[in-house]
Amino acid sequence: MYKLAKNTVLILGLMLPGILYAAGGSHFLFKTPHIDETDKAAIQRGARVFVNYCLTCHSAEYMRYKRVADDLGISEEIMKKNLMNPVDKFHDGMTVAIEDDDAKRWFGVPPPDLSVIARSRGREWLYNYFMTFYRDDNSPVGVNNATFKDVAMPHVLWELQGWQEPVYKETAADEDGNGSGEKKIVDLKLVEPGKLSPKEYKQTVRDLVTYMVYMGEPAELKRHEIGFWVLAFLFVFLMIAYALKHEYWKDVH
Amino acid sequence: MNTQQDNWFTRTFYSFMEWIDARYPATKMWNEHLAQYYAPKNFNFWYFFGSLALLVLVLQIVTGIFLTMNYKPSAEHAFASVEFIMRDVNWGWLIRYMHSTGASAFFIVVYLHMFRGLMYGSYKHPRELLWILGMLIYMTLMSEALLGYLLPWGQMSFWGAQVIVSLFEAMPFGIGAPLAEWIRGDFTISDATLNRFFAYHVIAVPLALLALVAAHILALHEVGSNNPDGVEIKKNKDENGIPLDGIPFHPYYTVKDIVGSIVFLILFFAVVFYAPEMGGWFLEHNNFIPADPLKTPEHIAPLWYFTPFYSILRAFTYPFLGVDAKLWGVFAMGASQLLFFVLPWLDKSPVKSIRYRGPYFKFALYAFALSFVVLGYLGVKSPTDTDLFLFNNTVWAQIFTAVYFAFFLLMPIYTKLDKDKPVPDRVTG
Repeated sequence: MYKLAKNTVLILGLMLPGILYAAGGSHFLFKTPHIDETDKAAIQRGARVFVNYCLTCHSAEYMRYKRVADDLGISEEIMKKNLMNPVDKFHDGMTVAIEDDDAKRWFGVPPPDLSVIARSRGREWLYNYFMTFYRDDNSPVGVNNATFKDVAMPHVLWELQGWQEPVYKETAADEDGNGSGEKKIVDLKLVEPGKLSPKEYKQTVRDLVTYMVYMGEPAELKRHEIGFWVLAFLFVFLMIAYALKHEYWKDVH
Repeated sequence: MNTQQDNWFTRTFYSFMEWIDARYPATKMWNEHLAQYYAPKNFNFWYFFGSLALLVLVLQIVTGIFLTMNYKPSAEHAFASVEFIMRDVNWGWLIRYMHSTGASAFFIVVYLHMFRGLMYGSYKHPRELLWILGMLIYMTLMSEALLGYLLPWGQMSFWGAQVIVSLFEAMPFGIGAPLAEWIRGDFTISDATLNRFFAYHVIAVPLALLALVAAHILALHEVGSNNPDGVEIKKNKDENGIPLDGIPFHPYYTVKDIVGSIVFLILFFAVVFYAPEMGGWFLEHNNFIPADPLKTPEHIAPLWYFTPFYSILRAFTYPFLGVDAKLWGVFAMGASQLLFFVLPWLDKSPVKSIRYRGPYFKFALYAFALSFVVLGYLGVKSPTDTDLFLFNNTVWAQIFTAVYFAFFLLMPIYTKLDKDKPVPDRVTG
């Protein structure tokens, strides 16, 4: 038993750089609230925001309307009435009518498909992205983003959030004398309120991110549930297998 | 063979087996490889990883077969077909996560299996060929992982393959560029490359892998297993020619390996169900962006099991003797693998197990293990950053590359000078 403990410590030691790396510090402006990807009410509220504000330019073609309805317990009629365009089919993925060439002309780049964006960007990034749009007269669209500098996307949620302006801080020079006088955004302050209070807006963004995390991997809802039973079965099997081994090995000296 | 309480079923079974045995060596093989294969009785924790590697191989083949039923090896459809598997195929997400987690699990298990061999001198006489066959399995496994990683057709798949194949371009005498082109089947990674990598990944390499695994096990059963004491159990036999310190593999080690397999499966499925991305180590975040030949990612790193060798490749930054740095890196990376093959002849010590080795070998082995881990860590980092202390990552990679090679190249000296301890005649339990 002592040996086993020693070896376990050794193996965990070998994995240490990985664990440290995974727990690396955050470099985002705002702290992301806890996103509960099993909170169906939040996913549903987020889905509405997504369909109303994102799905006009961005597609999510791997996410079928039917799957959303099934996972969230929404009927086909309600889904069609509230979350779908009349031309969309219930079994189809969330596509958009916008052509890539048009999109390129309007925005400079075609808006990417968002089906698995939460898996490549991560929830912290998404939350901060929606929280850090600010007014910037130097940018061609008059708006910039502190998380994704010079992003081509306008602040689609402006009517909900209102307009923010950045609070800068001059960074001190580092040891080599670099970086002095560089202006760094340390906060954003609301200068023109939107339809929602800051608290309500935060909640809306949180719902939207929850939906996008769900959309990145709908199977996650099921995964955790089944995992418990699989592991429970294996633990019972382990006890029986260990008893069997113990019985056989009685005659080995 | 018949025992006293033969009933209808056992009588039928025995006569059936008699019919078979007259035509095929079924019982003979069963005895030779399981029921009368005598393994040392003192196997410890480190001896689970051979059978676990076999288990993972089976998992990979079975899940792989089911994945091919819905995967489409074309540049246009590959990424979407993987998402189709994740969303629309019944249990597709489970099969895919088992396969992706299995790839990393394979390397964890194989690295621990190899480390066991280093610790207990399992590569030494008479097991040189067994070790070489094992190394061939390892290299085949690396190519299998490399080929498979292109298939999801994400950004990391594409650019990782681009980097690896471009290494062949460093080859001298004008063969580099044509060779790389021949591997890709195109001037860049493309649909043609994806198709042929798929063919290699699902047919060619697995066939080679299975043949090598069979040869590895046959070689093992010919020479017999080593053990934590490094004592040859065949030297002490009873009047029937059975090793005194040996026990039949079946049932003793079959029941023991079942316990090991379940413990492994608990850890394996904990990852599959609760952390399939493993924080980006098993499934990289950037690989959820479809491959884009026009957009080079800022940071390209292979998956963790290749990063020690990637670090060695990047550690060579100066041209030397008229050969440019990249080619030195490629040579060094090749040498870091090939040196394992000659290990049995580099080790001059008469002692196998670390239990009876002197301090030099112990120090060298721990330094080597440390260099492997540190090089692996540096391989995922940007070479110009400073993630450790004092020096930047490239300097550290150079230091630990030197440690890595010193383990092999100085081995004839330190194993000869070492003060080994006396080895007992029998295993110590």
